[in-house]
Amino acid sequence: MSSITKTKLKVRDVNVFYGEKQALKNVNIDIADGSVTSFIGPSGCGKSTFLRCLNRMNDTIDEARVTGSIIMDEEEINDRRLDPVVLRARVGMVFQKPNPFPKSIFDNVAYGPRIHGLASTREELEEIVENSLVKAGLWNEVSDRLDDPGTSLSGGQQQRLVIARAIAVNPEVILMDEPCSALDPIATARIEELIDELRENYCIIIVTHSMQQAARVSQQTAFFHLGELVEVGPTETIFTNPRDQRTQDYIMGRFG
Amino acid sequence: MTDISTRPTQQGAVEARLARRYRSEARFRAAGLGAIFIAVTILVILVGSIGHQSLPAYTVNELRLNVELSEDLVDPLGDASEDSIRAGSFTRVLQNAMREEFPDVSNRRELRELFQLFNSLNAPQLMNEVLEDPNLIGQQHAFRMPLADDLDLYLKGRLVEETSARFNTPLDITSDGRGVLLRAQDPVFTDRLSSLRITIENDITAEQAARDRLVEQQALAQDEEAEDLGVQVSFADRRISALQAQLDGDELTLRDDMPSLIVESRGGFYKLTTVSIDGLAARAEQVVPPLTDANTDRSNWVLRIVETPEARGRASDNQLIWTRALVERNIIRTTFNGYFFNNADSREPELAGVRGALFGSILTLIITVILSVPVGVSAAIYLEEFAPKNPITDMIEVNINNLAAVPSIVFGILGLSVFITLFGLPRSAPLTAGVVLSLMTLPTIIIATRAALKAVPPSIRQAAMGVGASSTQTVFHHVLPLAAPGILTGAIIGISRALGETAPLLMIGMVAFIADVPSLSLEGMTEPATVLPVQVFLWYDAAERAFQPRAAAAIMVLLFLIISFNALAIYLRHKFERRW
Repeated sequence: MSSITKTKLKVRDVNVFYGEKQALKNVNIDIADGSVTSFIGPSGCGKSTFLRCLNRMNDTIDEARVTGSIIMDEEEINDRRLDPVVLRARVGMVFQKPNPFPKSIFDNVAYGPRIHGLASTREELEEIVENSLVKAGLWNEVSDRLDDPGTSLSGGQQQRLVIARAIAVNPEVILMDEPCSALDPIATARIEELIDELRENYCIIIVTHSMQQAARVSQQTAFFHLGELVEVGPTETIFTNPRDQRTQDYIMGRFG
Repeated sequence: MTDISTRPTQQGAVEARLARRYRSEARFRAAGLGAIFIAVTILVILVGSIGHQSLPAYTVNELRLNVELSEDLVDPLGDASEDSIRAGSFTRVLQNAMREEFPDVSNRRELRELFQLFNSLNAPQLMNEVLEDPNLIGQQHAFRMPLADDLDLYLKGRLVEETSARFNTPLDITSDGRGVLLRAQDPVFTDRLSSLRITIENDITAEQAARDRLVEQQALAQDEEAEDLGVQVSFADRRISALQAQLDGDELTLRDDMPSLIVESRGGFYKLTTVSIDGLAARAEQVVPPLTDANTDRSNWVLRIVETPEARGRASDNQLIWTRALVERNIIRTTFNGYFFNNADSREPELAGVRGALFGSILTLIITVILSVPVGVSAAIYLEEFAPKNPITDMIEVNINNLAAVPSIVFGILGLSVFITLFGLPRSAPLTAGVVLSLMTLPTIIIATRAALKAVPPSIRQAAMGVGASSTQTVFHHVLPLAAPGILTGAIIGISRALGETAPLLMIGMVAFIADVPSLSLEGMTEPATVLPVQVFLWYDAAERAFQPRAAAAIMVLLFLIISFNALAIYLRHKFERRW
């Protein structure tokens, strides 16, 4: 279990403001590599906002302001001098609604490697695409129709395609923002299996509204409430023996 | 339990409302259908009426004369050199050919009328043909030229109201010292007589009324004035009795403010001067003599009635008769109007064409597209995707929106005072017009492009950002292709509007009369030209009636151009949408 204990992200005193409104207050958390960390909490508690800090997606919102320190492998992420484009090649992201590009399945996966120059020949590119699709568990379903538009796939397939697209640039961290909320139970189960398989090689952070999902897929769970990180710990501990009353209330379904 | 007890009343209320809801829905649907119906009807009427008006412009009646290119007229210096041919009098050649067709025409007034069947501007064309092939000198040459515009309209039935009747009863034509006497076996002229009599009766009534007024005035007047009025009354009396004598006499004299009666028999044409009251006989002038090989049937003749009187300033009866005779002799033939599609503007409608304006429009449009589309799209992308939100960009935004609402003539004034006066761009040139029109088109393109960019779902931007695309890559790889159909539509709408724009171009001198077709080249950009809408404006304003159908036809060309643009836009839209 030594690999799990290695810290990938060290977050210290992170505050996020949307204009005047403070969305996150003094978040401190360590996120381990080679494991799945889930963020839970009621709607509007700031878990997605925090997730977006980790690949600087908040930069795209004009009035968002992030303070504090987020260190990934000794490197400060929350630094104006760091190019978010480089960061996002290392920190991939999967969104709530599957959002494949309106291009072919192949081009969807190949887009990241292309812009980052990860493949010098067509063969290399094809290999990357195939590997990514295999890892995302989609290869068997689409190998014979890579030229079909990505939007022609079913919702669950689209979400796996998006995961393949994220994997293709070989990131270290994969952020998933409620990746299963738009999917049916069977597709959800496929994605959860996939997350479990990917865990070995990536640091995965998942935001979810489903407590069962958090319990099923994550090793570490963080509970957010009203912009505060209330409690973080091993998933088992959080669900069986939470320290904070609010965590307990939420997990028991008393509010949410 | 309360639920169950209240349920029936609730359902009743819902049902009562339901009928009203359906009624309002039906009303709304009917209103929508009605609106579409009205719009389509108006469109059909509009295009239909312009199309109908334009019909005469697509064909032309051509004179095909065999001209005698005699050396003394065509080659006065006798050396067949260019100078010599340029000194030749080709108008005379054409006139001689006409005289040969109608050798009986001798007096000067009639000759002048005869030569008006064609336009003397056709002489240079004949000269060019001889210049091209000097071997023609001294030869007979088949020359084609358009018939004069009025007579062209006459043959198309648009100049005068005309009826004709064919008869199969014998018509005796004899000539005596006073002219030609026509005698039919049935009272064939009676029908017309009654209406001619009514004309005269109306004249008598009018004269009577005038006379009565004079008498009244006379009663009030004194001395000399009364005497004067008395003289006038006696004149009026004389006029009335003369008119009365006409009505009472055994023949009726046709005046030039009455319909003209023309008889066509065995190739000869006769213009009636008097008609006998019994409707059996008439006196006439022989305008075109009958064919000498009198094998043709004398009991087959035509009575043609031109309802529009000659006095109303139309082409003269003689000209109408000569035109008919030439049609009969197969010298005038109707063909496709090549002049309209190959020539530039001309003072003479029969030679005026739309090509100059069409090319001017195309050149102007090229400039407009080159300037406004890249600039507009770039500006929109910057404003929408990259510009920081601050008061300056807000101000720019507001002003661009305002610019779209500026009356187009203002852009014309701007073009005149800035581009022409200050920058010294050429007047009435496609370059200047294109610059002015692109200024006018820019706001439309910017607004449409921004709307199209805004309509791209944010999830696509996030997806691109998520795999590490930079802002520029996000925009150019993902957002722009998705927005392309919308941008294209906006650009086409803007450019179509520019294509139909007249007002700003009047300001920069595009109303000039340009008789040359501009060349579709870089030089053509700076040469004087005109554009289709201005050409339409000029032609509708012209005095000659034959310009009206040409103006309508120019509108049809313009509409065709705009519709092809829209079709292109739709095609490109579909192509782009399928790719994605």
